[in-house]
Amino acid sequence: MTVVTISGLTKTFPRGNVTALQGIDLQIEPGEFVSLIGPSGCGKSTVLRVIGDLIQPTSGTIEVNGKSAHRARLDHDYGMVFQDSVLFDWRTVAKNVALPLEMLGWERARRKQRVEELLRLVELQGFGDHYPWQLSGGMQMRVAIARALSFEPALLLMDEPFGALDEMTRERLNIELLELWRRLESTIVFVTHSISEAVFLSTRVVVMSPRPGRVAGIVEIDLPQPRTNDTREDPRFFELVTEVRELLRGVGADQHGSVLAEETA
Amino acid sequence: MTVVARPTPRGTVAASILTRATDWLPAILVFVLAIVVWQLAIDVFNIQKFLLPKPAAIVSAFWTQRSSLWSAGWLTLKEALGGFVIGSALGIFMAVVLARFRRLGDALMPIAIAANAIPIIAFSPIFNAWFDPLSPAPRMATAAVLCFFPVLVNTLRGLTSVRPAQIDLMRSYAAGELEIFRRVRVPTALPFVFSALKVATVLAMIGAIVADYFGTFGSLGITIKNSVSLFDFETAWAAILTASILGVLMYVAVSLAERLVLQWDPTRQERGST
Repeated sequence: MTVVTISGLTKTFPRGNVTALQGIDLQIEPGEFVSLIGPSGCGKSTVLRVIGDLIQPTSGTIEVNGKSAHRARLDHDYGMVFQDSVLFDWRTVAKNVALPLEMLGWERARRKQRVEELLRLVELQGFGDHYPWQLSGGMQMRVAIARALSFEPALLLMDEPFGALDEMTRERLNIELLELWRRLESTIVFVTHSISEAVFLSTRVVVMSPRPGRVAGIVEIDLPQPRTNDTREDPRFFELVTEVRELLRGVGADQHGSVLAEETA
Repeated sequence: MTVVARPTPRGTVAASILTRATDWLPAILVFVLAIVVWQLAIDVFNIQKFLLPKPAAIVSAFWTQRSSLWSAGWLTLKEALGGFVIGSALGIFMAVVLARFRRLGDALMPIAIAANAIPIIAFSPIFNAWFDPLSPAPRMATAAVLCFFPVLVNTLRGLTSVRPAQIDLMRSYAAGELEIFRRVRVPTALPFVFSALKVATVLAMIGAIVADYFGTFGSLGITIKNSVSLFDFETAWAAILTASILGVLMYVAVSLAERLVLQWDPTRQERGST
């Protein structure tokens, strides 16, 4: 069954009467890793937030696992990871990871066991009693990912999760994320403003154009799995990066400028 | 995953006590030095005792009159504590209501901030007319009103300074308003609440003592006032010393509670406040 079906999605923000998204159609199948990329103001984060039922579309329908996005949110059908790790300062690492489980009413012993598994999964065993401020940015993001995975959602929505990290940490976390994706057989929708990150991670890259946000083109990424550091040196990788870049240039984003700028919407 | 990170070791308790003692040493030295200078300056410059008694004379008055100062202090402390508890509780309650009903909050906040700038202490004699002047009620009311506004303003600021991403995260877990309040707003507000409560302890003591001046038999305020009119300055200063000790104790009590509750707060640790 299709995981996410977006049809005719339009979003207008009343303030300033800005059309953020216009006529978006997109289907995401199970096991896909789909990246949304585009210049500032193309509404890629807005698409993610609409799928997550955090904002309402002006028109169009969104189905998640064959249900309304609202129903899917209430059913805990997805886990979300934000640009900033959004950890709670007053909770230890273990308690941050356990937060969704607490809200789902899991018993303490079961929570504890699950949190240990998750910390092992993201290579943070032994850090359960630390507070977020005691960890580096990359470690904090791993905690956020562990938290999103805690209740085993089949769908992960990730909004520029590695945007604030340095290049080396980002590349390492990219590989770790792909490992998790393969092992958990999940579906991931990933927002990024990095072309190489999008190509490296995805099975499909959705290029969006700004003002109003539309789908400008979709690039199938046929690089072999599993992807490794060698993938980044594959000639096919460069071809695909170029293809995505050409599409972005076509939508009026110059390759060094606004694509790399932070999305303000 | 390729890189295995390791937990950082934590300092031992003994080491942290030693560090703390070293941190405090300069402050203690300055304090002792100030007392010595004070004591000597009075002899050297021949300062009259109605201007400033010697520290030794104040301490000796404090000791010889300890039982009357103690009972006066207890009376004033009860007024201050009562006012502190009532004013802070009402301030927190009101902040919760205003945080829940933002329209109401937007309407009332400018008034609260303006009221915060009013010298409420000036109302103290009025409270004697409103409440039974022989009961502690008017003094408690003064202390309570003084505590109320800073606690209200700070708590509300804390409750509303939650980051939008935190709300989004909670909503992605299907959390309702109540759950967001309990799990996010309250913990976010706690550091704000505690800094307001610390200010409130000081205000409560000021409120109680100034209200005492308008005639609370056997209180610290009246002890100071009467001793001054009898030219017994050592006793007046001993009463001020008593009030200071009680004020500091209240402050320290709230600080300890803060330390207990906010163990997680990195800014508190960096500040190293007590």
